[in-house]
Amino acid sequence: MYNFNYHRAGSVDEAVALMAKASDGRFLAGGHSLLPTMKQRLAQPTDLIDIGRIAALNGVKTESNAVVVGAATPHAEVNASAKAIPALMALAAKIGDPHVRHRGTIGGSIANSDPAADYPAALVGLGATVKTNKRTIAADDFFKGLFETALSDGEMVVSVSFPKPEAAAYMKFPQPASRFALVGVFVARTSGGVRVAVTGAGPSVFRVKAMEDALKAKFTPDAIKGITVPAKGLNSDIHGSAEYRAHLVNVMARRAVAAAA
Amino acid sequence: MVENGIGARVRRKEDFRFLTGQGTYTDDMNRPGQAHVFLLRSPHAHARLKKIDARQALAAPGVIAVITGADLEAAGVGPLPCGWQIFNKDGTPAHEPPHPVLAVGRVRHVGDPVAAVIAETRALARDGAEKLVVDYDPLPSVTATAQAAKAGAPAVHDGAPNNVCFDWHFGDAAAVDQAFAKAAHVTTIDLYNNRLVANAIEPRAAIGEYDPAADRHTLYTASQNPHVIRLLMGAYVLKLPEAKLRVVSPDVGGGFGSKIYHYAEEALVTWAAKKVGRPVKWTADRSESFISDAQGRDHVTHAELALDKSGKFLALRVQTTANLGGYLSTFSTAIPTYLYATLLAGLYTTPAIYCGVKAVFTNTVPVDAYRGAGRPEACFVVERLVEKAAQEMGLDKTEIRRKNFVPKSAMPYQTPVALQYDSGDFITHMEAALKLADHGGAEKRRADAKKRGKLLGVGLSTYIEACGIAPSNVAGALGARAGLYESAEVRFHPTGTVTLFTGSHSHGQSHETTFAQLIAEGLGVPIENVEVVHGDTDRIAFGMGTYGSRSLPVGGSAIVKAMDKIVAKGKKIAAHMLEAAEADIEFKNGTFRVAGTDKGLSIGQIAFSAYVPHNFPLETVEPGLDETAFYDPKNFTFPNGTHICEVEVDEDTGAVQLTRFVAVDDFGRIINPMVVEGQVHGGIVQGVGQALVEDCIYDPTSGQLVTGSYMDYCMPKADLVPSFQVATNEGAPCTHNPLGVKGCGEAGTIGAGAAVINAVVDALKGFGVTHMDMPATPEKIWRAMHGKAAKAAE
Repeated sequence: MYNFNYHRAGSVDEAVALMAKASDGRFLAGGHSLLPTMKQRLAQPTDLIDIGRIAALNGVKTESNAVVVGAATPHAEVNASAKAIPALMALAAKIGDPHVRHRGTIGGSIANSDPAADYPAALVGLGATVKTNKRTIAADDFFKGLFETALSDGEMVVSVSFPKPEAAAYMKFPQPASRFALVGVFVARTSGGVRVAVTGAGPSVFRVKAMEDALKAKFTPDAIKGITVPAKGLNSDIHGSAEYRAHLVNVMARRAVAAAA
Repeated sequence: MVENGIGARVRRKEDFRFLTGQGTYTDDMNRPGQAHVFLLRSPHAHARLKKIDARQALAAPGVIAVITGADLEAAGVGPLPCGWQIFNKDGTPAHEPPHPVLAVGRVRHVGDPVAAVIAETRALARDGAEKLVVDYDPLPSVTATAQAAKAGAPAVHDGAPNNVCFDWHFGDAAAVDQAFAKAAHVTTIDLYNNRLVANAIEPRAAIGEYDPAADRHTLYTASQNPHVIRLLMGAYVLKLPEAKLRVVSPDVGGGFGSKIYHYAEEALVTWAAKKVGRPVKWTADRSESFISDAQGRDHVTHAELALDKSGKFLALRVQTTANLGGYLSTFSTAIPTYLYATLLAGLYTTPAIYCGVKAVFTNTVPVDAYRGAGRPEACFVVERLVEKAAQEMGLDKTEIRRKNFVPKSAMPYQTPVALQYDSGDFITHMEAALKLADHGGAEKRRADAKKRGKLLGVGLSTYIEACGIAPSNVAGALGARAGLYESAEVRFHPTGTVTLFTGSHSHGQSHETTFAQLIAEGLGVPIENVEVVHGDTDRIAFGMGTYGSRSLPVGGSAIVKAMDKIVAKGKKIAAHMLEAAEADIEFKNGTFRVAGTDKGLSIGQIAFSAYVPHNFPLETVEPGLDETAFYDPKNFTFPNGTHICEVEVDEDTGAVQLTRFVAVDDFGRIINPMVVEGQVHGGIVQGVGQALVEDCIYDPTSGQLVTGSYMDYCMPKADLVPSFQVATNEGAPCTHNPLGVKGCGEAGTIGAGAAVINAVVDALKGFGVTHMDMPATPEKIWRAMHGKAAKAAE
């Protein structure tokens, strides 16, 4: 790890101001993606702005129609407190290992936009809204690609608002070594329709429109039995070819529907 | 019956310090004035090393020195030695290219050390290393075992045509050919025994220190055998007299073989400490361990089993290509030869066996012994063939084994591949395992699983291994460049406590407990009065260290011999003090007694008398009670057993869940059943790991290690395995060592892999699957179920 300047921000405004002054700054929340990269000397930020102790960013609030999770809330807290959306609780319980779940945060996860992270599937699957220090962004517009989001320079995630679904479930086939999602599928049925969001399989989270339409007509696993996603463009590595990932999308989607129904 | 003696489930004496974080590992040690070294390692699999410009690095803050391979060569530092000489089929010796401490002229694998930067702190050393300007000229590389010897493959070493280190064979080719000619059935198999990374929890570390006043060097190192390191480094690399060199291996956090060898970093810090006049410390980080610790396995094998029409084995023919990596690690050449081909008889009466082994150099991390070392590879070949033969001939998996097992009545049994099994009762442990596994209920479980969308498979594997390589003269005749005995010193103190100095080294094997139990049993001393000392060449007479499940059969036997000397001397002292004839003195449960009387003295009283010799036979007996013994075994020991595994394969995804795992092992006599169970559990997990998840993968084009971190190298985790059911059979103890023990450290790893793969193949038999290479990943299984060709991910 190279030397860097450490700042602890007391508020969102202070954090954003510190970032504006840094020549190559990064927000630090749980640090579970950033610090390993720095330890390997693959990242060399000049400044770390620690937002982990900003009270306003911490905690899970249950509103009448939504669960709002502060950006610096660790996964274990979501697992314990997001009772209004059991599928979200269950997803948080399957992220990483206990260390990661007690340090890693939702804001850090989605801002990093790892293609195999679990949270993007929940955000897109539930049609969540991301609130930043500047604006609100629909989850569908937030994830732009491999490690790429709609966040502009110096923009910071403040919270994520998840609308309560009628029924939802997340099914994940873990990459055996890292336990990230080789393929994870989040299925949610809401008054407005059905959403099917896939993580791990592609460069970024994506929806499967054909499955959503079929499930809107009939919310059963069999309704999507014949619906596959093309392998072309999917991720391929030593843990799974694109062809296998495409197959798993269907299997995990059916299992998610079965669990949600 | 002695309390806490042989057979007792004594809690581990060492656990208190480990569980309270008070162990002392090499990296916990800091010597006064210590500097730190960072090793710059090759980013290329293969390149010409043209020039190293150290000027900027030397000017960097805190940098004390930069050392290159050229500096070491100029100082007369020798290459790292290979400890076992192998001869080719034609009688010529194997090609043993030099393995420099730091690369000279060429780098041969990613991670090959190129230069050492010594600085005030580890971070400054690393910063300094980034300022080194190294001029590489990248060369094409070869990493795959099957490609290395092909025409046109890049040459890893000049003077090793086709990258062949040796082309060796063993057994009677003509007898095998004759048997195949009259065989009713021949079963063939092609398999890959996947390469593994050892992944001890403690990364390697070393500190070199030089005392100019005494002109003595000290090396602290995370090693399994400090005396061997002292011998190899002192005699071959640094040319230091042993009396001037002390090697200490303090607490060591696991080795699994990877800490047996003499590594470059050990010689480097020892040499550099004198050069810079300060202690020099090196500690690997995990990424560095992946590219610098010797790796394991990596065999490509074609094997054929000839059977008569009843299913009786007639002959076995095996041809293996073994990948040795970029250089020869210390015992690399012995593993795919004498620890592999000699085990191909398995538990069976196969009368004729022939094995050819071509060992190849590649642009990969060197390969050496990894838990089991050659024997898991042999077991996998034999047990996959037996399973496949049974399937092809319509024989039950237990029946084909019963038909071919060496019967207990045939012991001692001479195999056609040199080994003579002294003991074993194979049918008994197989029957016990079948019962423990409720094998009779397997078909019902299979039907139940099918209803849940799961394919149940049952896998059986039987194994035999050879532990405690011996005797030294035979090993020497086969090419070993070291002896294979062990030493022990039992030192009574005046007030009756005992220090045991053992040449074995504990890095997780519980010697501090097991060996203390031997003392408690043999001398009647309370276990809390026994201190076990290991891992320091200044304190222990000599030692060959711990590997190959040798510590109890060899090291434990040395302890027994030393105790015998203590008792013999004690009898003389007791005879004097009790005014009786020496021949009338009996020793039992810690008391010397005149036979047939109630006159006796405790061993504590005898020890006191030995050190305060007021009433003592000084004319004929020396004072003191301190005895050393060296034990050179008459033969190997042969642990053996049966593993049964049940798996459920998810029909939709190909994922495998282990639902049952049974091991019934014959380790001879058991000293501490709890310790043995722990060794078996850990061994099984490593075997299951190889079978299902672990895989060391190099990119075929760039030669980069793809699985260079835990994000991609999958370690077996707790949820991979069920609760094990294990048992032992003590009915066939070793006949040639004083304890009747056989060793248990590697058995789990040897038997488990074949059991798991046999189970997976059994689960998939409905799809016409006859073999599955390790690791049996979900995608491989899914492809096999859907008739898709195995496909490497692009």
